[in-house]
Amino acid sequence: MATVSLEKLVKRYGAVEVVHGIDLEVADREFIALVGPSGCGKSTTLRMIAGLEPISGGNLKIGGKIVNDLPPRSRNLAMVFQSYALYPHMTVRENMGFSLKIAGQKPEEIAPQVEEAAKTLDLTHLLDRRPSQLSGGQRQRVAMGRAIVRNPEVFLFDEPLSNLDAKLRTQMRVEIKKLHAKVQSTVIYVTHDQVEAMTLADRIVIMRDGYIEQVGTPEDVFQRPQSKFVAGFIGSPPMNLKDAEVADGQLVFENGDRLPLPARFRERVTAGQKVTFGLRPDDLYPAGHGIHSGEDADVHDQDLRVILTEPLGNETLVFSDFGGAEWVGRMLNPRRLTPGDTLPFCFDLSQAHLFDRDSGRTLRG
Amino acid sequence: MNENAKARINGILLSIAHKIGLFLAMTVICLPGLWIVLASFRPTVEIMAKPPVWIPQDLSLDAYVAMFSGVGQGGIPVIEYFRNSLIISVTSTAIALAIGMAGGYAFARFRFRAKSSIFLGLMLTRTVPGIALSLPLFFVYSKLGIIDTHFGLIMAYVALNVPFTIWLIDGFFRQVPKDLAEAAQIDGCTRWQAFWQVEFPLAGPGIASAGIFAFLTSWNEFALASQLTRSVNSKTLPVGLLDYTAEFTIDWRGMCALAVIMIIPALVLTFIVQKHLVSGLTSGAVKG
Repeated sequence: MATVSLEKLVKRYGAVEVVHGIDLEVADREFIALVGPSGCGKSTTLRMIAGLEPISGGNLKIGGKIVNDLPPRSRNLAMVFQSYALYPHMTVRENMGFSLKIAGQKPEEIAPQVEEAAKTLDLTHLLDRRPSQLSGGQRQRVAMGRAIVRNPEVFLFDEPLSNLDAKLRTQMRVEIKKLHAKVQSTVIYVTHDQVEAMTLADRIVIMRDGYIEQVGTPEDVFQRPQSKFVAGFIGSPPMNLKDAEVADGQLVFENGDRLPLPARFRERVTAGQKVTFGLRPDDLYPAGHGIHSGEDADVHDQDLRVILTEPLGNETLVFSDFGGAEWVGRMLNPRRLTPGDTLPFCFDLSQAHLFDRDSGRTLRG
Repeated sequence: MNENAKARINGILLSIAHKIGLFLAMTVICLPGLWIVLASFRPTVEIMAKPPVWIPQDLSLDAYVAMFSGVGQGGIPVIEYFRNSLIISVTSTAIALAIGMAGGYAFARFRFRAKSSIFLGLMLTRTVPGIALSLPLFFVYSKLGIIDTHFGLIMAYVALNVPFTIWLIDGFFRQVPKDLAEAAQIDGCTRWQAFWQVEFPLAGPGIASAGIFAFLTSWNEFALASQLTRSVNSKTLPVGLLDYTAEFTIDWRGMCALAVIMIIPALVLTFIVQKHLVSGLTSGAVKG
């Protein structure tokens, strides 16, 4: 098992720099998820770790050893591709045993290892089929089996679930989590799906435009986002982020609507400062249909007009109008609402966030 | 009659029309070949008869017997011609395939300067008719002293075939997902092993079709071979056909018999390779 260290890692394509000197320490047996929107450099970073992309600058260490120029086969890692990348001319058995065959092991040594991995992933009855005879989920499992058989120090996953349907994705997510608990390898997992990142990872790395925006546990990035970008990226539906100005101990929104300045930010802002106010949908709810986590004094009541509702069964997303913009709130134990209704809403300001409008960084300190 | 019955009858009529159309097309394509085979068994009088004799009256193997009877008894050195044809076609095909695989792989996988211009340049060489090259080639070859050698013809055929094999094999390598070679490298292969273990078997059908094409081009080529060969040392079967022409006569039956001898290996090879030409072998490699 091994640690993975990225030290000022840079990737350039000609004159264009796409990964700008990122630093990251992945501990032994840790499950790290790289998330971010398309083009943020997460897959490129993973491919650099795998050895499939040359590193343009900085150092990459696996198990404390610099591996910048080593070919993929010398890095002792396994990778599950988004496209599965199964060898179509080989059976499942041959696919899974391929790495051992290349390593020069004898067929009688390979067979039990393949059988063992197949048993773990419930693939035993499929061992003699070709990839073309398998469903998407089965192919995904074979791809994971191929990785397990290698018994690598580091597992790399490149958006492994994005070609599966929603139900299968949930199921495979659980399997990956079980697998990690069982094999106890270091895992680096690239995804654009924040639910996968939140549910699977020990720590999440949020990337944007080739930079790391924040590294933290799922709770950290959800509850203490360091920037407006992270706040907006993590959470579904995303956090309400609205521009405001500080005046008379209050936040003044574009159309003049006001909210009290949350208590813990009072010392951190000055009058006239331009900020972005952030509030998760969970912390904006019709009175009596939500849970506030702070002091009663931190809850601000305000009548809002409902624009639209999205019933989800156990809860309803309520879109309403405030400060010249649209806000989304979450209504627990929902009752039927009609667009146009005006009803009292609670703003749980103890959970609010403030970001500097220009730098986008949090003002929490 | 209701609409469903009408639509059904229309469907049946259309499918009969399709079959008749296909039959006519196949007849047009196959008839010359069949006529050659038939003519090789018929006496010249019958072949040349006007109006034509459609139903053969007198079939015999005389032409084949005569062909192998040796010079002076109506025979030609068919064994030597066959050997020359085989050596030249097989060697030039092997070389053209090796270059085509290397080139096709490079065009499919790597980015390099002036890639599309080089590719276009290669394709443009195909626009030059082979016969237009015969005179310049003849001059160059005579200076080099490689007229009437296997080597000379092999070189010419490799040059003719390489652009096409590169183009065809490039297309097949493009269809093999890049992820597969990368997965193989992660699985412990060197780049070279990844190519032979994964990419080569998957591009196999393309390489086989390029091989058939290159072989048939060399096997059937006449224009250049007639200029660059002189004797039994290097004359190929198509050039050997000319042995049946004399100053005032042409032995059509003999010519047809030799043509049949030429067709057989090509046909056999095509049948052997055909089963490897299964497309869609990469299905199931990536995605669902």
